[in-house]
Amino acid sequence: MSFEPRILGILCNWCSYAGADLAGTSRIHYPPNVRIIRVMCSARVDPTFVVKALVSGADGVLICGCHPGDCHYSEGNYKTMRRIPLLKKVLKDFGIEDERVRLEWISASEGQRFADIVKDMTERIRVLGPSHVACELHADPRER
Amino acid sequence: MAVKKLQIALYWGAACGGCDVAVLDTNEFILDVAALADIRLWPIAVDGKYADVEALADNELDLTFFNGAVRNSENEHLAKLLRRKSKMLVAFGSCAHLGGIPGLANLTGREEILTKNYLHNPSIEPGNKKIPLPETDLNGQLLQLPYFFKRVYRLADIVPVDYCLPGCPPAPEQVKLSILALAGGKRPPPGSTIGAAERNLCDDCQRSKSEKKIKHFYRPHEILQDPDKCLLEQGILCMGPVTRSGCGVRCPDTGLGCRGCYGPAPDVMDQGSKFISALGSIIDSKDPHEIETIIAGIPDLTAILYRFGLPASFLQRSLKL
Ligand code: SF4
Ligand code: SF4
Ligand code: FES
Repeated sequence: MSFEPRILGILCNWCSYAGADLAGTSRIHYPPNVRIIRVMCSARVDPTFVVKALVSGADGVLICGCHPGDCHYSEGNYKTMRRIPLLKKVLKDFGIEDERVRLEWISASEGQRFADIVKDMTERIRVLGPSHVACELHADPRER
Repeated sequence: MAVKKLQIALYWGAACGGCDVAVLDTNEFILDVAALADIRLWPIAVDGKYADVEALADNELDLTFFNGAVRNSENEHLAKLLRRKSKMLVAFGSCAHLGGIPGLANLTGREEILTKNYLHNPSIEPGNKKIPLPETDLNGQLLQLPYFFKRVYRLADIVPVDYCLPGCPPAPEQVKLSILALAGGKRPPPGSTIGAAERNLCDDCQRSKSEKKIKHFYRPHEILQDPDKCLLEQGILCMGPVTRSGCGVRCPDTGLGCRGCYGPAPDVMDQGSKFISALGSIIDSKDPHEIETIIAGIPDLTAILYRFGLPASFLQRSLKL
């Protein structure tokens, strides 16, 4: 069976989710590999959520927020702008490939951009292959 | 009629010995313990053989304090043995509770650890080619050593644990209170974290707290500190916001950032990634390049975030092992 990446998308309500919605209402085709959770602001994405998604079997996590300067709560996405690079640096030490976590800014009018990003991420992860985080952790805890 | 004394054991797995010293640091209280209990095993202080433990009936011990992580087959064997022999098993100190400092080895493969330590360390005899193996044939004699696991485990990964007593090492006062609580009739519900508080360290820290905006992180010796101001506000990494209180704010009170040894605060699931959330809030920059520079200025980020709890974190270990 061919590998279909499972990507978790966490999108802010005000820009990125509206952008994804626009992609849908405009009938733009993009891969069905992303499952979307809507949050009020990208700053709601606690890095713990991303790690939890990876250990629960996600092959990738896509976090989207308003463009810098456009956050509905004015400063929220700047926090995200600092958190995700910190997290990625740590994930690298755990042997998790950089492409598995991605942060993008998507406005309410960027339906096409959202579709392109999902397509690009899906293809990159397809090349990487499935994430081994979840199955490694569920392996025999006393592996020798 | 003589009251039956409490039967207790104290054991060390992969540990530094500091936890045992924390028990001794209860000072004269240790004499009360000796009056209250028969110490059936305590390698650091009392003679006792594994065979004596094996000869005990199941559940003959009332209480075992197990400190240290599970790094090799000997640690694992004793963890299982003591579990069988004990009514109450306590994961004592950060290593048994969360993996502790030895748990940092979960970022490095076994082969790398062994070759580095035995072949390439500047402090070893030059030209050494020997790495300890589980079995060695020495002139026809079979010598055996415990098997060194691929990664480090906390005690609860190996056997069910009744209580966790956090800290590297646990504060002696907390050790004393915990012994009294467990020896007495009113025991905390099984599964509890004992000898610690149900809040984070900042709640108990006396330093003044206001808005935090940081352009550069410092190590404690690199700046002149304001003794009254929150360390994080001064750019000194302090895990207080995500760490359970209970130590008496030992490190911030002496000008050092909390390293997180009491483990995740009650509402924190993963100490390191939660602290990233806090760091993201206080870094003072809106420019991705400057942010990269500030982050690059934090030495050994992963080890800072998971200093005492890597095996207990969501990710547990590097996938490269
Ligand atoms: S971050 Fe550290 S220094 Fe600041 S209030 Fe919390 S415990 Fe105290
Ligand atoms: S301040 Fe933090 S690192 Fe220091 S003893 Fe307390 S919990 Fe442990
Ligand atoms: S509301 Fe969109 S990032 Fe804050």
